[in-house]
Amino acid sequence: MNREKHVMAVASAGGHWVQLMRLRPAWKGLRVTYVTTDPDFCQTVYQYAEDDGEPLPGFHTVVEANRWQKWRLIKQLLGIVFIMVRKRPDVVLSTGASPGYFALRVGRLFGAKTVWIDSMANAEELSMSGQRIGKHADLWLTQWEHLAKPEGPKYLGSVL
Amino acid sequence: MIFLTIGTHEPFDRLVRAVDVWADQTALKHEIFAQIVSPASGAYRPKNFETVTHLPPAEYEARISQADLIVSHAGMGSILTAFTHGKPIVIMPRRGHLRETRNDHQYTTVKNLTKRPMLFVAEDETRFSTVMDQAIENIASGTPQLLSPVADKDFTDALHHFLISSTKR
Repeated sequence: MNREKHVMAVASAGGHWVQLMRLRPAWKGLRVTYVTTDPDFCQTVYQYAEDDGEPLPGFHTVVEANRWQKWRLIKQLLGIVFIMVRKRPDVVLSTGASPGYFALRVGRLFGAKTVWIDSMANAEELSMSGQRIGKHADLWLTQWEHLAKPEGPKYLGSVL
Repeated sequence: MIFLTIGTHEPFDRLVRAVDVWADQTALKHEIFAQIVSPASGAYRPKNFETVTHLPPAEYEARISQADLIVSHAGMGSILTAFTHGKPIVIMPRRGHLRETRNDHQYTTVKNLTKRPMLFVAEDETRFSTVMDQAIENIASGTPQLLSPVADKDFTDALHHFLISSTKR
């Protein structure tokens, strides 16, 4: 057990969140703080913690925003900054989308290592966030083998 | 019960209408329950079933477990959830040029997904009723594969290794 190691796992509600939940054995035994856009998911992660015999994780939300909602995106970014200042994780990991992009960029400024796992929903090109995050991610992954390149993203597997 | 779900973010009238048209034509009547995204004023209102705009996670899971068949947009969330519950699923991709989502990622996902016995793909609304009838015919006889609730151990182990060896800059 290595509860000193603190992972922040970030995903917006919907498919990104479902994929993040499938990766939870990766941070079993570590300290984890979840960040998402739907407060209802708190009960989901508390239930998983109980099922998996893990302590209750941290849980925070930021506002939902799509790429055309500039003001909401700013609010979302501010939310991420606020959480990051208080939590100071060792690693920030995300399956997408914009909250994850912001969390990796901000987390890196605070010295955290960063992991981007591009959504399986992008089978022929990386997501917009996924393309832009490449040079800011210490581990930059696609879930489709045919999208992997020598210069990144890498392929280590998929959630399916 | 057939559970229609169109995901978290945007409306998908073309699928809701396709299900309604199918429900009109089909000889055997099926109970249909639909989760749609809060419709704009001009949105399509189905005649054959009730809709709700939001389901809390626990209720969503319950509907999935009760369903005999899931009908969904081609979103990874819905597809993975159907697989982990061992439920047959009919998917129809949102299209970029119809502005149903930002680009054709659902269309390309469908093309790249490995075939599975209880995964039925309707490329568009013209194919939908035929695919639904095939799905209904097949679910009686087939046994769906149950997908593990978590990703492959090799993948999560590789991530775990990275996480535990990460130290702050």
